[in-house]
Amino acid sequence: MTDNPPLLRVQGVTMHYGARRAVDDVSFDLWPGEVLAVVGESGSGKTTLLNAVAARVKPDAGRVGFMTRHDGMVDVYSMSEAQRRLLARTDWGYVHQDAVQGLRMNVSAGANVGERLMALGERHYGRIRTEAANWLQRVEMDAGRIDDTPATFSGGMRQRLQIARNLVTRPRLVFMDEPTSGLDVSVQAKLLDLLRTLTRGLSLAAIVVTHDLAVARLLAHRMMVMKEGRVVETGLTDQVLDDPQHPYTQLLVSSVLQP
Amino acid sequence: MKVSDLPPPVERDANFNFAYLDERTKRMIRRAILKAVAIPGYQVPFGSREMPLPYGWGTGGIQVTASIIGPDDVLKVIDQGADDTVNAVNIRRFFQRTTAVAVTSVTTEATIIQTRHRIPETPLHDGQVMVYQVPLPEPLQKLEPREAETRVMHGLADYGLMHVKLYEDIARFGHIATTYDYPVMVDGRFLMAPSPIPKFDNPKMHMNPALQLFGAGREKRIYAIPPWTSVESLAFDDHPFEVQRWSEPCALCGATDSFLDEVITDDRGGHMFVCSDTDHCRLNRQDDDR
Repeated sequence: MTDNPPLLRVQGVTMHYGARRAVDDVSFDLWPGEVLAVVGESGSGKTTLLNAVAARVKPDAGRVGFMTRHDGMVDVYSMSEAQRRLLARTDWGYVHQDAVQGLRMNVSAGANVGERLMALGERHYGRIRTEAANWLQRVEMDAGRIDDTPATFSGGMRQRLQIARNLVTRPRLVFMDEPTSGLDVSVQAKLLDLLRTLTRGLSLAAIVVTHDLAVARLLAHRMMVMKEGRVVETGLTDQVLDDPQHPYTQLLVSSVLQP
Repeated sequence: MKVSDLPPPVERDANFNFAYLDERTKRMIRRAILKAVAIPGYQVPFGSREMPLPYGWGTGGIQVTASIIGPDDVLKVIDQGADDTVNAVNIRRFFQRTTAVAVTSVTTEATIIQTRHRIPETPLHDGQVMVYQVPLPEPLQKLEPREAETRVMHGLADYGLMHVKLYEDIARFGHIATTYDYPVMVDGRFLMAPSPIPKFDNPKMHMNPALQLFGAGREKRIYAIPPWTSVESLAFDDHPFEVQRWSEPCALCGATDSFLDEVITDDRGGHMFVCSDTDHCRLNRQDDDR
């Protein structure tokens, strides 16, 4: 693995909110097909870091390099807006915590999934629809609901639809911001199962921001623990969870309730 | 010779400046028009003025007409194809009172045609100017309410979203159910709302020898299609663009090639189809009488 270049290279990303440092000098590499979990308590800078890495909010300092298909490693913030948008809808996906932010609530499920295809110039209705139905099945949704709007869907279904909408262009990297929070536990379990199948099956690289250590345990190969904007511990998921070194990680791991 | 059937002219009111607007305002609007012509389909912001009629009645179109009209122009005003409906009559009288220009109902005689939601059936010719009244200039607005975002989308020619709307139509109704204000691509670059003309009229915009100007008064935007510019209606490969068709001809003049309005004639289900372009219909009947 070390011989291959990383898919994403994050170097010294720093972000301020006023005088407060939300993210302090975070660096990491992500390899193709690898799932990285970013854990930490609320306000530890997880989501801010994700936004900076996903080229949604420009960081105050640092570089985010992405291994593009044709031009090698490119700093996403040196790209033009058009290139960045293209990247965001082809090779990248972004799964919001609240599915309402990631979906168009007043257009049908099929159109939600097909939007990226249409943005990339697909102009054949039949093909778009077939592809949309195909993806609804892959995220274990009833293809018969292809013409219903997400407003009529449950929270778990919306989250599935959001995932289908992101994966339709076969991205290589998906950013997920608390993909399972706000869902009840049985739905959470099914969704996690689905995400695991999809990431393995498509060899997707993913950065999953979560405060739920179980999510990290199930999905991630590697994890990063953040506290007050800094990375305090990083390593293989099982290693960090079973043998936490930093006092804060120890606290996190020990605070999980065991039913 | 084709004769107009308009009521007698109204007297010029000398208390108003020519064409109502002051000269500096007209110049400002002309600058916006020039920019709009230079970038076909691009929405140019302009300082829309308060006009002596309410928004939604064609204030954008009136301001455009007022800024380009000269004493030698011949004006035709139509409202849904008709020369004699309230909006057309009011706007025509307004320009007669403020400019005393000649008016006509005959399409070929007019130099400026201000229209609400139709393009005349008679083909336009070189040197004519069509002025459209536009309520909503932004075709993407219903799908993307943030204007900052729609501007970026125009800037990057990022128009996939418009097809989402057409996809929705087909998914719900089995065909593209948008029948008016049907989105078009101008000169292969800018997505444009053609104002609420029926899609029947969309093909007439393509490679039209006349200059087409669009004014949105409330939204403060002007855009244009220069003569001989390509205007393409959006569609899917397997659901191509189609215009409306009628199973019967116009009940008055027998035309089969014009846009027909359904008119209800009694309360027992009686109805007839007649040309929406009243002048086209009238001239057809005149030709038949001869």
